[in-house]
Amino acid sequence: MPENALKIRSLKSAVEGKEILAGVDLDLPAGQIHVIMGPNGSGKSTLANTLMGHPRYEVLGGEAKLFGEDVLSMKVYERARKGLFLAFQYPVEIEGVSFAHFLWNASQSHRGEVGRSDPKEVVAFRKKLNESLESLSLSKDFSNRSLNVGASGGEKKRLEIAQIMALKPRVILLDEIDSGLDIDSSKLVAKAIQGMRKDGVSAIIITHYPRILEYLEPERVHIMAQGKIICSRGIELAHELEKRGYDWVLKEYSLN
Amino acid sequence: MTENRTPEIEFDFKKYDFRDPESFVFKSAKGLSAGTVTEISRQKGEPEWMLAIRLKALDVFLKKPTPVWGGDLSPLDYDAYTYYLKPSKEKSESWDDIPENIKKTFDRLGVPEAERKFLAGLGAQYESEMVYHSIREDLAKKGVIFLDTESGLREHPDLFRKYFAKLVPIEDNKFAALNTACWSGGSFIYVPKGVEIDIPLQAYFRINSANMGQFERTIIVADEGAKLHYIEGCTAPAYTTNSLHTGVIEIFVHKGASVRYTTIQNWAHNIYNLVTQRSMVEEGGSMEWVDGNLGSRLTMKYPSIYLMGDGAKGKILSITFAAEGQHQDAGGKIIHKGKNTTSTIISKSISRKNGRCSYRGLVKVAKGATGVKSSVKCDALMLDEQSRSDTYPTMQVDEEDAVVAHEATVGKISDDVIHYLMSRGLKDSDAQAMVVMGFIQAFSRELPMEYAVELNRLVQLEMEGSVG
Ligand SMILES: Nc1ncnc2c1ncn2[C@@H]1O[C@H](COP(=O)(O)OP(=O)(O)OP(=O)(O)O)[C@@H](O)[C@H]1O
Ligand SMILES: [Mg+2]
Repeated sequence: MPENALKIRSLKSAVEGKEILAGVDLDLPAGQIHVIMGPNGSGKSTLANTLMGHPRYEVLGGEAKLFGEDVLSMKVYERARKGLFLAFQYPVEIEGVSFAHFLWNASQSHRGEVGRSDPKEVVAFRKKLNESLESLSLSKDFSNRSLNVGASGGEKKRLEIAQIMALKPRVILLDEIDSGLDIDSSKLVAKAIQGMRKDGVSAIIITHYPRILEYLEPERVHIMAQGKIICSRGIELAHELEKRGYDWVLKEYSLN
Repeated sequence: MTENRTPEIEFDFKKYDFRDPESFVFKSAKGLSAGTVTEISRQKGEPEWMLAIRLKALDVFLKKPTPVWGGDLSPLDYDAYTYYLKPSKEKSESWDDIPENIKKTFDRLGVPEAERKFLAGLGAQYESEMVYHSIREDLAKKGVIFLDTESGLREHPDLFRKYFAKLVPIEDNKFAALNTACWSGGSFIYVPKGVEIDIPLQAYFRINSANMGQFERTIIVADEGAKLHYIEGCTAPAYTTNSLHTGVIEIFVHKGASVRYTTIQNWAHNIYNLVTQRSMVEEGGSMEWVDGNLGSRLTMKYPSIYLMGDGAKGKILSITFAAEGQHQDAGGKIIHKGKNTTSTIISKSISRKNGRCSYRGLVKVAKGATGVKSSVKCDALMLDEQSRSDTYPTMQVDEEDAVVAHEATVGKISDDVIHYLMSRGLKDSDAQAMVVMGFIQAFSRELPMEYAVELNRLVQLEMEGSVG
């Protein structure tokens, strides 16, 4: 049996006192890519944010394991250092903090060495960063620009991918990474993610559009509704949803 | 530098009235006596006129009431202070007397042993003496005078007298009077006509000969068309045996000259830091104060620029950081007297715990000063619920065509921002520090590299333990 990158059981969480996740079960075997789809407001982002430990999301019960380790009891930065990465649906903007500076410190933090800077390493880091940006059709200028400030929606999403390339996480949660991306960019991003597979990366892709899945060959598609995973199947499910919408599944699971 | 010479500068100070019309109220104080002041002067081997000024200033200090418009100065007990520290070789303090937290900070900053002793005001000898001399020789060839203030007075008495206490007269304010009565240390700089100095002059290179005291007095004169950048202050916490620091800095920017004065001060948390920084700018000249204030219990400091000549420019960039138990009352004053003068004030403040930052600023456009442009921007960042920030901007505009803009923002760091950074591996305090550094980036990018790095580290240290 392959090791689980993520193993989630009966996970419940609340936002502002209101239960949103109503008992999520999900296994993500190491090296696989899974997709989560579901109607707006069904709790997809909540699942991602709960796993990453956003302070506004209160865990009410259940468990989540990252390679067998209890994620929910870890500090947020520990989750990151253990290899969990969330590409946010809405990345924040930070004035005065350059993308390169931020990312260098983040990558140092994974080695527990914030604040140190060996010039040689910084130069090598910069070079790699430029290559990543280029591979994502982003100008090198983004290195020196304030983090996400003034970046377009699609540029922000690609900057999230550039972070993944630098930080090399083991388990990636991508929350609507394809929203706001043009056709060429979503292809670039999908291929970038697919390319990480050879390094053994596992991923959960939250999306509304099966287009990105064309280049990704995900092992499984899950449907989330009312705070639960109600159904898990192969890639064909995504295409069926695109044709028929969600109503029929919800009916099938008498959630309508 | 032993050459005695008096450059020819004709400057009529009577044209400008820098006096403050505050009235005197008698108040006696015992801490500082005419005897002490005379002793200071005698120790330094000063001319009679300086002693006379000191004694007059003492009188003003004793008579003026403690100001009540700013921070809380009521804990000041003038009797409790030592007003003159003898030269360091005679001092009895040892490294062991330095408080533990200061030593720790030195450790964490990685300040070398020799430097630590110096920063603590202990060491009499300092390794950079050779560097100091070679730099002085190079500058001396160009006629630049760069001395500690005592040597300035001794070696260039006429030039010194021409400028001393001309911008900050004895009667100006209680603490400037105190400084005038017992000043000790500081820099005396004169840059001749047309001489441009590319590298920043650093106080670092002269302090070894001076006693870094509580009452430093700095005079900077940039003659016509001259250019210099002066950097003052230590970026490691300044530890002093006294808990009162009152400096006076006077900067004269003559026609077409430009001066930038950069200081980052990080005082021990028990210090009352009351500084008068003033500059005047003649036609076409430019003055910039780049002023960073960390530490201290209370800082009251409002660098000011008198734009006297037409087309003169002034800029004040300041940051303040008030941690627990601290009040940073800072800001800037710009007085437009010349036509077509322009000014900018950018103030950034950060407060945390019950720390308080106040911005107190003045932009004055005098009658006759047409074509003035001025912009003031104050941004406050509060790191938690207990922190406090307030602004007291004053505008006095007596010419209709003046364009004076004021903008103020107050912000908090959002949970989402901190979470974002933490989700990339940064600890809470590192995440906060990063956002704070971003907030003051407009300031730090104006600093020479090593100072920017040092400022980063200091902010980092201030932020540690800020998160529960
Ligand atoms: N910070 C919040 N404050 C209040 N309500 C929230 C918050 N975050 C999520 N919710 C609520 O939780 C529910 C689930 O939201 P969530 O963002 O997880 O949905 P989603 O499945 O990601 O939807 P979408 O497809 O629109 O992104 C919604 O009803 C939403 O309004
Ligand atoms: Mg969502």
